[in-house]
Amino acid sequence: MSSLSVDVYPKRRKTYTWLFFLLPSIAIMLVFFIYPILLTFFYSFTNLALTGEAARELKFIGLDNYTRMFQDPTVRISIWNTLVFLIGSAVIGQQVLGFLIALLMKQRNKTFRRVIGTIVLAGWVTPEIVCALCLYSFFGDEGTLNAIITFFGFSEVTWLFTVPMLTIILANIWHGTAFSMLVFQAALDDVPNEIEEAAVVDGASKWKIFTRIIIPYIKSTITTNMMLVTLQTLGVFGLIYAMTGGGPGNSTTTLPIFMYNQAFVNYQLGYGTAISLLLLLIGIVLSLLYIRSMKE
Amino acid sequence: MKSGKRGIWLVTTALLSVSLLFGCTGGKGTPADTGDPEPGKDGETAKKIITVTFRDDGIGENGAFYKWLKEVSASYPDKSVEIKPTPIQASEGDYFAKVALALKSKDTAPDIVTEDTFILNSDASAGYLEPLDDKLAGWEDWGNGSFIEAMKKGVTASDGKVYGVPYNTDSRGLWYNKDIFKQAGLPEDWQPKNWEEVLNAARTIKEKAPDVVPIWMNMGKATGEATSMQTYEMLLYGTGERLFDDASGKWITKSQGILDALTFVETVNKEKLGPPLSKVLNGQAGNTASREYLPQGKLAISLDGSWITGNYMETGAAPWPEYKDVLGFAPMPTSQGQEPGSITLAGGWALSIPSNSKNKDEAWEFIKYALGKENTQKLVMSSGNITVRADVAKDPEYTKMPFNEIATEYLQNAEFRPAQEKYPEVSTQIQTMVESVATGTSPADAMNKYAQDVTRIVGADHIVEK
Repeated sequence: MSSLSVDVYPKRRKTYTWLFFLLPSIAIMLVFFIYPILLTFFYSFTNLALTGEAARELKFIGLDNYTRMFQDPTVRISIWNTLVFLIGSAVIGQQVLGFLIALLMKQRNKTFRRVIGTIVLAGWVTPEIVCALCLYSFFGDEGTLNAIITFFGFSEVTWLFTVPMLTIILANIWHGTAFSMLVFQAALDDVPNEIEEAAVVDGASKWKIFTRIIIPYIKSTITTNMMLVTLQTLGVFGLIYAMTGGGPGNSTTTLPIFMYNQAFVNYQLGYGTAISLLLLLIGIVLSLLYIRSMKE
Repeated sequence: MKSGKRGIWLVTTALLSVSLLFGCTGGKGTPADTGDPEPGKDGETAKKIITVTFRDDGIGENGAFYKWLKEVSASYPDKSVEIKPTPIQASEGDYFAKVALALKSKDTAPDIVTEDTFILNSDASAGYLEPLDDKLAGWEDWGNGSFIEAMKKGVTASDGKVYGVPYNTDSRGLWYNKDIFKQAGLPEDWQPKNWEEVLNAARTIKEKAPDVVPIWMNMGKATGEATSMQTYEMLLYGTGERLFDDASGKWITKSQGILDALTFVETVNKEKLGPPLSKVLNGQAGNTASREYLPQGKLAISLDGSWITGNYMETGAAPWPEYKDVLGFAPMPTSQGQEPGSITLAGGWALSIPSNSKNKDEAWEFIKYALGKENTQKLVMSSGNITVRADVAKDPEYTKMPFNEIATEYLQNAEFRPAQEKYPEVSTQIQTMVESVATGTSPADAMNKYAQDVTRIVGADHIVEK
């Protein structure tokens, strides 16, 4: 393929043109992405602070922020919470639920698809903070959910206090499932009907068609979606901050919340940047794992 | 033809990318709204703009400080300057971060900023604030006893210099609902002598008025500094212990006083004398207690600040005209009733001049005018705070406001938080410690965790165990 294109177009000219056309995006990437990352990397080795003596003079403190991070028990709790939140709301919640909805909607009539699709999309188009306020009032002590269950004679439950992790997981599922649904819908529509029909003629059961044809056919979509949803969920901040503020205690303190607390509540920007790099690292490791699983 | 089209595309792309890169450079040409003299309109002479940054807790132009600033700037005699309010709408915690960010740069620093005495020392160490000693030396009011001497401690940083002029302060104590006390058979003129008497009153209320929350103290991380100061430090200082040992310059990380203070919190929760945890570990806990539970008669005793009556005024967030008769304000006793008998922590706010301000002299002139006797009095009376000026404290109009006299009296034994730049960080560890005890951790375990965290923050050379 590539040798063919080289033959058709003069080689030298092509090299220069692609570089030229990429220039704006490379510039933007450098200024808004690479430069901040390098800066973050640099600051994570300093005592950068928002106020106090350290704010007057920036000092290079070597690996202090990192050793502190590995000694800090709250970091371990935050990593654990981040993983629970990630697996609960992204990997299981959005991915599986999104897939199920897409599968159930496959080859249904248009009205059905439109109505259900719109309802699911509502959660996705709602801005994160609005979504957080809606669900806060849903799970709140005097909220909708308690109004419903007390109507049926059950006693009130302090959802945000007794099961805080569950509430933010459900909130994130509600907010993000539509994305996975859309991705899977597109993928499932691409599975050729002929193959399915041929399988039916050969006497394959529905389960066999599902596991032997549909899943292998959309495998790369599953991996890509998994990666996108994971990266989105790793960075969720507003939703959790507005609903529980990371509490009660540290029970919903994920890494972004912990990072915010260190940087803007304790004013330790240097330490905060070190935590943000840990978050970046987790994102990279997970992405690599997904990409690798795609190749197999 | 084809190559001509391509040429146009190339030129357009090049132009676009160049303009994008220009967009990335800082917009130096735009006038900043931070005090540069603006050219006068319609040929008027240029006015200097003095910006004043303060916290807007969400009520905007109806806020007491905002209204006061408008009024004072309208009457300000020097018409060559214009006073411009530049409020920051934020929660208390976010306000400090936003102010610190604004003070860092010449482009964003205001000319006058309201500083909580709790963060003043940190901002001063960071070099954000201008020392005012030279200016104060020339101000008659500062030297002639018009300001309560003890209040100057709150605006003096660890380097011994003064970084702000205080405009209000507060004291803390036990607010109680006399109606509930009467119903429970407790004295309406309540003066507990030690902690046991406070707990006993709460126990009696739990028994006689089961629907009422006996005692409310902020105990969560979410309530931030309120947990550290109104609850923990009021208790700790009442045991005779302190957070920071001034003599050795070290933080006290383990002591019987810490254990006693935490045991009080534990007792309140174990015996269910406090509010439900879902209410108190919430960022809104302070408002829930002062604006809902207390006025609605659902709370008997509240360990809180003198300012909560600001809510009950006609212009406040929860108007409650009967508060004068229903509420009582008892001093918080020391743990065993030891000397001095009762304890209060004092905080308060000050006006400071940022180092990055471009109009320091004009800002100082305005501060002198705004914090003179008359104007300070207007501010503290409209916001329900306590004055830092001795002459205002004697004014009959001020003393006739309910609780003002008594709250000012408590200031005699007032203690201040350590003027240490690490205090804000230590304070978050206090909140974590108190919340963990409230949710069931033993006081000893919580103290050990606190000791570890504080050691990490201030360094092993700066701690002492007692």
